[in-house]
Amino acid sequence: MQRRHDVHKKQSRDIFLFILGGVVLYFLSGIVDELRVYQGATIAVYVIAISSIILLTGYSGQVSLGHGALMAVGAYAAAVARVELKLPIILCFVVAVLAAAVGGALLGAAAARLSGPYLAGTTLALAIGLPSLANQFSVLGGEQGLLFDVGFPPLSLGEDFTQYKWFFWIAGLAALLSMWVIKNILGSRYGRTWRAIRGNEVAAQLCGINIARSKILAFTMSAGIAGLAGALLSMTIGTVSPSAFPLALSFSLLTGAVLSGLTTLGGAMIGAVVLVAIPEIADVVAHRLGSSEGVTTNLPGFLVSALLILTVLFVPNGPVEQHRARKAKHLALKQ
Amino acid sequence: MDLVNTFLIGITAGTIYGLMAISMVLVWRSTRVVNFAQAGMALLSTYFGYEAVSRLGSFWIALPIAMIGGALVAALVEMVLIRLLVKHSTSGPIAGVAPIIATLGLLGIIRSVSAMIWGGQDLRIVGPVSNDGFTINGTTLVFSPLKLLILVIVLVLMLILSIVFQKTNIGLALRASAHAPEIARLSGIKVDWVRTLGWALSGAAGAVAGMFQTVNGNGTLSPDSIEFSLLLVSGFIAAVIGGLDSLIGAVIGGLVLGLMISFVLMYVSSGLFFIAPFVILLTVLFIRPQGLFGAKAARRA
Amino acid sequence: MSLNVSNLTVHHGAICAISQVSIAVPTGKLAAIIGSNGAGKTTLLRTLSGLKHPTTGSIMWKGEKIVGIKPEALVRRGISHVSEGKSVIPELTVRENLELGAIWRRNAKESKESIDQVVSIFPRLGERIKQRADTLSGGERQMLAIGRAIMAKPQLLLLDEPSLGLAPLVVEQIFQTIRDLTTSMNLTVLLVEQNAMGALKIADLGIVLNLGKVVAINHAQALIDDPAVRAAYLGY
Repeated sequence: MQRRHDVHKKQSRDIFLFILGGVVLYFLSGIVDELRVYQGATIAVYVIAISSIILLTGYSGQVSLGHGALMAVGAYAAAVARVELKLPIILCFVVAVLAAAVGGALLGAAAARLSGPYLAGTTLALAIGLPSLANQFSVLGGEQGLLFDVGFPPLSLGEDFTQYKWFFWIAGLAALLSMWVIKNILGSRYGRTWRAIRGNEVAAQLCGINIARSKILAFTMSAGIAGLAGALLSMTIGTVSPSAFPLALSFSLLTGAVLSGLTTLGGAMIGAVVLVAIPEIADVVAHRLGSSEGVTTNLPGFLVSALLILTVLFVPNGPVEQHRARKAKHLALKQ
Repeated sequence: MDLVNTFLIGITAGTIYGLMAISMVLVWRSTRVVNFAQAGMALLSTYFGYEAVSRLGSFWIALPIAMIGGALVAALVEMVLIRLLVKHSTSGPIAGVAPIIATLGLLGIIRSVSAMIWGGQDLRIVGPVSNDGFTINGTTLVFSPLKLLILVIVLVLMLILSIVFQKTNIGLALRASAHAPEIARLSGIKVDWVRTLGWALSGAAGAVAGMFQTVNGNGTLSPDSIEFSLLLVSGFIAAVIGGLDSLIGAVIGGLVLGLMISFVLMYVSSGLFFIAPFVILLTVLFIRPQGLFGAKAARRA
Repeated sequence: MSLNVSNLTVHHGAICAISQVSIAVPTGKLAAIIGSNGAGKTTLLRTLSGLKHPTTGSIMWKGEKIVGIKPEALVRRGISHVSEGKSVIPELTVRENLELGAIWRRNAKESKESIDQVVSIFPRLGERIKQRADTLSGGERQMLAIGRAIMAKPQLLLLDEPSLGLAPLVVEQIFQTIRDLTTSMNLTVLLVEQNAMGALKIADLGIVLNLGKVVAINHAQALIDDPAVRAAYLGY
């Protein structure tokens, strides 16, 4: 009885935090300039995408390099729904989630028997191969891609309400909702099952857990979330094309997830902010050094990769977790 | 005629994939890590080769230089990266995936640094023999002296490496260090150096693959090139097809992959260039997850 | 005294596995180390062979300090450790497993002679010399592990529970072989065992560890006759 009471308290506290978050974002979007608002939208997208990887890799232990491709699936689905089927925006996002989830289920079924580098390599091959597939089908717009237009902000929000603010609001709201949903999933029986599998598959099996089904479920959910992120990303860009989902994107997501600590949802914010900040930082550094174009174009990629390696080597469980672990160790040694 | 050409193109591409696969198998057999940065290191070595060719004018001198460069880079990576990895990341959710992520990060770094130094320009390496097809009875095959040379060299390399692994003391030390590092230590083997050697060998093999992949194509060298992406994926896929544990498997896996891609491109659709490797990989993993020559336990890395 | 351990303390993270252990083993003698699970026996051997670093204390072997020296270097100084459980490499053949033992000496002729010697001690290995080690039975694997250790021409042999999981008759055989080898090769042997009686019967010296501390050191026979030891470890 006491436990259920505690869970309820925790849930209402979470809901309160999320509402608070929403209010904060509302105010922020009012006072910050356009570029930052746009970046804010991108951060929100990354938060969603990174959380999907946290779910998949941090919780169920499956490494995917193909989430860029899954995002592409969601984005294309949303765009096709908009252009061909003329669905209202909300439904387009739903379509994105479903389409990507289906893709995830297929991929998950294939991946369920794989582990470690085999899974990573397979998803790598997918990440390289899938986006270019869009060039083959004219309904997908070929090389130039499809238009994805979410329309103007409703007049009821006032004339000063810019397009970018509208993006930010949609993305931000989606991010808040997704975080809440994901948090609940991770805290539920499913989350526990995944962690059991990641810890020790054989032991989990002996506890009656159906490994394959659980893994496929993780992939499906993770893919759906990634699909949402993909559709939102396309919203901010305005079009969907293969070039928006290069291999580098999957890398960045992985980096963001590792930075965030792979198991801490809160860390997803850190990861997302860093990812968006890197091109800016790279720009500044490149200008300071007065470097050539070659350096400027490649510096962001370099920084992301360097960050990835440094994090994995020295802060493997993410800065949040590392801090926590260090505090715990201090406490233990004192006794 | 089309059939013959398709077959020959597939075989040649396949031998290069086989080489990349050999270098991945070498790393796997000596340190039980899948080195996703392999293609990146091959690219870097090829740039070394390019510098050598443009300064010294000879492909045959440039090739060993690329190989030595590749070996040194690989050894350096092992000494710095992998040993750090082993020390720091052996617990927590990151443990299983840490080497994968680290090598991926390395790939990104090598790619971007190469692009910074050499990128943007179109660099070419010219092969040592002509890439014009043999002419038999008036028809010109796609198969050329260059392709024949590649085939021969790859087979010879594979043979040499197999002999080293199976018949020599150093090969035994390499295998023991990969399977059971602690037992190897207790047998007096300097496991750290042996692992570095495994990486160095793999770096040299990757260099050869990179050099030949470049001259076999149209000779252009660039970090964003199609050849590079393909090399990236195919080395791994070929190794998986053959079974990560087997050098012979690596070569055969490469040939199989090369042939399959070639036939798909010719007879199904040329647009499937990028997705074909993925589908082939999935099929193999479904039908025979341990690869053609792999041991049963190999799949669960 | 060829092996001298002084005030050795070893930790696993925050847990103390061995505390202030001091042992001296004369050259050519077989010391049985007995004690219940978790007593620190395996940790002791792993520290002696260099796989684990002690927190404090010193180890002297043939008059030299060996703490901090890597395992592969200690092999060259004559220390061979057969660790608990899987001490053979299943994917390699019997011959290859043996060759591994002598590999650091880089002398093919000597290696072949040593293999012949091992095969004469363990004829069953000779019959299976070309087979993969994973086709061997438990007892044969243990013989292979010991054989590999001997290939290194050791002076100090560390054996961790060689009788584990083996049938009683095989255990007798192996214990007898260990005793014979100690004498014929003038080895100094540390034999860690759960099978306390079997170990003490072939030993010169007995050491009892409990919770990381030495609780008794004596001639093996004295320990066998000691009622406290009998009650605790020998079952009667």
